[in-house]
Amino acid sequence: MNQPDYQLSRNAFGRLVLVAKNHQVYEGVVPIRAFPVTASDESIALVSAQGHELAWIENLNDLPEEFCALIRAELISREFMPEIKRIDKVSSFITPSTWWVRTDRGDTAFVLKGEEDIRRLPPTGLLITDSYGIHFLIRDRLLLDRHSCKLLDRFL
Amino acid sequence: MQQNSYPLQHETMLTFPPVWASQVTAYLTSEEIVLAWLEVDLNTRLHFSSGIVVVTNRRLLAKMAEEECWQDWSYQQGLKLSCRDHAGVGNLELFDTQARLAQWCYTLGKNAGVHHLIAEFTQQLHFRLTGETPIQRIPVKCPKCAAVLSSAQETCPVCNQDAHIPPSTWTLFRLWRFARPYRWRLLTGFLLMLGGTAATLVPPYLTMPLMDNVLIPYQNGKPIDVDLVTIYLSGLLAAALLAWILGWSRTYLLAKVSERIGADLRTTTYEHLVKLSQEYFGGKRTGDLMARIGAETDRINLFISLHLLDFATDVIMMSMTAIILVSINPWLALVTLLPLPIIAWLIHLVRDRLRTGFEKVDRVWAEVNNVLADTIPGIRVVKAFAQEDREVARFRAANQRNLEINDRVNRVWALFTPTVTLLTEVGLLVVWIFGIWQVSQDQISVGVLTAFLAYIGRFYLRLDSMSRIVSVTQKAAAGTKRIFDILDHVSSVPEPVKLVTLPAMTGRIELRNVGFRYGTRSVTRDVSLVIEPGEMIGLVGHSGSGKSTLINLICRFYDVTEGAILVDGVDIRSLPIAEYRKHIGLVLQEPFLFFGTIAENIAYGKPNATRKEIIAAARAAYAHEFILRLPYGYDSLVGERGQALSGGERQRISIARALLIDPRILILDEATSSVDTKTEKEIQEALDNLVQGRTTIAIAHRLSTLREANRLVVLDGGKVVEVGNHTELMARQGYYHHLYLSQSRNVDTEDHLAELDSAVRVRGDRV
Ligand SMILES: Nc1ncnc2c1ncn2[C@@H]1O[C@H](COP(=O)(O)OP(=O)(O)OP(=O)(O)O)[C@@H](O)[C@H]1O
Ligand SMILES: [Mg+2]
Repeated sequence: MNQPDYQLSRNAFGRLVLVAKNHQVYEGVVPIRAFPVTASDESIALVSAQGHELAWIENLNDLPEEFCALIRAELISREFMPEIKRIDKVSSFITPSTWWVRTDRGDTAFVLKGEEDIRRLPPTGLLITDSYGIHFLIRDRLLLDRHSCKLLDRFL
Repeated sequence: MQQNSYPLQHETMLTFPPVWASQVTAYLTSEEIVLAWLEVDLNTRLHFSSGIVVVTNRRLLAKMAEEECWQDWSYQQGLKLSCRDHAGVGNLELFDTQARLAQWCYTLGKNAGVHHLIAEFTQQLHFRLTGETPIQRIPVKCPKCAAVLSSAQETCPVCNQDAHIPPSTWTLFRLWRFARPYRWRLLTGFLLMLGGTAATLVPPYLTMPLMDNVLIPYQNGKPIDVDLVTIYLSGLLAAALLAWILGWSRTYLLAKVSERIGADLRTTTYEHLVKLSQEYFGGKRTGDLMARIGAETDRINLFISLHLLDFATDVIMMSMTAIILVSINPWLALVTLLPLPIIAWLIHLVRDRLRTGFEKVDRVWAEVNNVLADTIPGIRVVKAFAQEDREVARFRAANQRNLEINDRVNRVWALFTPTVTLLTEVGLLVVWIFGIWQVSQDQISVGVLTAFLAYIGRFYLRLDSMSRIVSVTQKAAAGTKRIFDILDHVSSVPEPVKLVTLPAMTGRIELRNVGFRYGTRSVTRDVSLVIEPGEMIGLVGHSGSGKSTLINLICRFYDVTEGAILVDGVDIRSLPIAEYRKHIGLVLQEPFLFFGTIAENIAYGKPNATRKEIIAAARAAYAHEFILRLPYGYDSLVGERGQALSGGERQRISIARALLIDPRILILDEATSSVDTKTEKEIQEALDNLVQGRTTIAIAHRLSTLREANRLVVLDGGKVVEVGNHTELMARQGYYHHLYLSQSRNVDTEDHLAELDSAVRVRGDRV
């Protein structure tokens, strides 16, 4: 575990603050995953509010505990890609269609506008974009239960 | 709906979400009035949940479903409510001067309500602190969701997005719209078919007397009655001839109608497609759309014109046969019709599986098309990186999937048809057995049995073809669904309900707090700008700062998400789209030429332009000389997408194209980025004359290009950061100064630097 050459903290306004080696202070720093879908704990950039990269994290687990916790907390409150665990019901097999799903972030319903909003991720993943542009992820559609598989199959 | 600073309690509460209504009212103090609220659907850890944030005339209230009690903050100095969003999640935060007091998260569906909430909160806060009565606004509210609408909007964007009504399952019947114009011809075809069918039913009927009155008496020793035979046989011949004529005219007529329906369907779909907004095309694959308009319309028109009628005749023929059979001998008829219910049950069994199968086949077919549409235009990249093999592999994979799915459908299908055949064979056997038994019991004559067998042959044949229609119907249903996917899509830049026409446009453009997002990605934020008629504006900013997006909005390729764009004081959403765009001459960042000659391409926006006009436009765009150097001058072909021309040449042609329509508003998006500096200067000089009296918006990364601009608008991150002319902006030492310096530092030739310097001086003189 190597100590990074910058300091990270959270201020009272809930923003991450990064103090660089040259004592420059950046407020409102955001962590951004370079590959949110394919490699979530690797390759994370700390980006300033202006959109410039300040630091690069090869792997989150290499960081000191408290940095890691700060970044994870920030990622949790920023990144929103619910992972579908089960498809309960779909309103119709013709789009637009409303899907009732269970995700790792609770149960919800969304509207699928067209079949082209289902994107295949190699090898067996799917990324579903709802009518508001929110992405729902299915990591491995072969691991879904039979009922969900059957519903899903009608759209593929 | 007029609203005072203190709206009536019931008015706001009317639309209040019912689940929260009782809880809120219980918590309110007397004389406390709810002014605005926001239902949030995420908790701070971004799990789905529910909660509500309420602004009253006393304080801000909030509660999440999982929390026990309400949180509240009274109005006090330093409070600030603000929102931001990222990747589809909105964040509403409450700050005081020291810290963040609270935050709420919501999905973007709730976004419109947030701004209303913040506006009400800020106004109340202001009122509480200063005692000044709030500026009386008259917000137009959406009757359904109470979101504030900008005045000119007819429909609420929030509610509208929820209006995803799935089309009816009975899509096939919707095809009637296309068959309707040909209904008389279709009816004639149908009658001809009916006649033909009836004619084919005559011969088996005649076998009965032939058998009983001629052949069997002859076997029993009677001589053949030649006259009778002649009558019967000529009856047979006549029936055959009639069937031939009717069948021929029917086929011809229906084939004709079928082609016309197909053409109509294709044209209508295409017509609808090209009128859809750019957003639609952003999400679609070319190959998929091509497959839909090409192959699927074809299948549908075959279905309407041939199979549907075939099916109708089959049904009629079968009922006719059944009636004849029953009239001859009810018992034998009953046995004959035995396989029918079994077949019906079978059809029911496979129908659903076939339809979903065919839908899949269609999709996979579109996928194969997609690979083609992807790689053929990009063939240079494929070759440059020597990836031919990989593209072949991709195509093979798509084809393989096509095969797999077809195999699966065919398995069901392959089993189905022979099963029907088997059933009919068994049926035939049963009829033989039962018939022979009846003949032996002297219940029927041999003639009756022969006639029966002859009828049954046809009957079962029809049954077979009817079972085939199951597949055709399901295929057509799948195709219809995909066609209506296009036809049902409402453009996201709809034609206004109430049209306002601008007879003459002066070209004054006003952007009022314009905000825009591509999906969840907010690209333009709160841009306000007034461009006077005849003014030339330069848009500058880093790559990706939203310059082209702003132009997309002004051209109404997309509709703004917030705010409004007004031309001559009229919201562009209330102008007829085509009419409005006629006033705009647009040169795109990526010039696109169509297959055809140079003259045709220049005259694209005004097909009836004279040669003189074309040449004048080409001269103005400094394209004239290079065009003359081409072997066929203005009649040279440009190749597909203008391949035969260089990048700079393409740009000059597209400038000529924009100039030819003599627009009030000229938009140049990096119009001269691909030409050398000398040519650029020449074009620039030509443009300088042309932009006189036109409202011009020019984008350029080479800042020297914009030296003629009256004002420069500097964009960063989708926001206007600076406005002013070059000298002012340089003096301000701000963003533009930075941009300018970094650019001149990059230029390595002394020559160019000097040129820039002189440009500065020129500008300095003008100001
Ligand atoms: N169709 C689209 N869908 C999603 N995002 C888009 C789309 N078009 C543009 N963007 C994004 O919007 C932002 C602004 O793009 P825009 O084309 O307006 O930039 P620009 O200022 O014209 O840049 P450049 O100078 O490179 O042409 C970019 O970050 C881009 O990624
Ligand atoms: Mg651009």
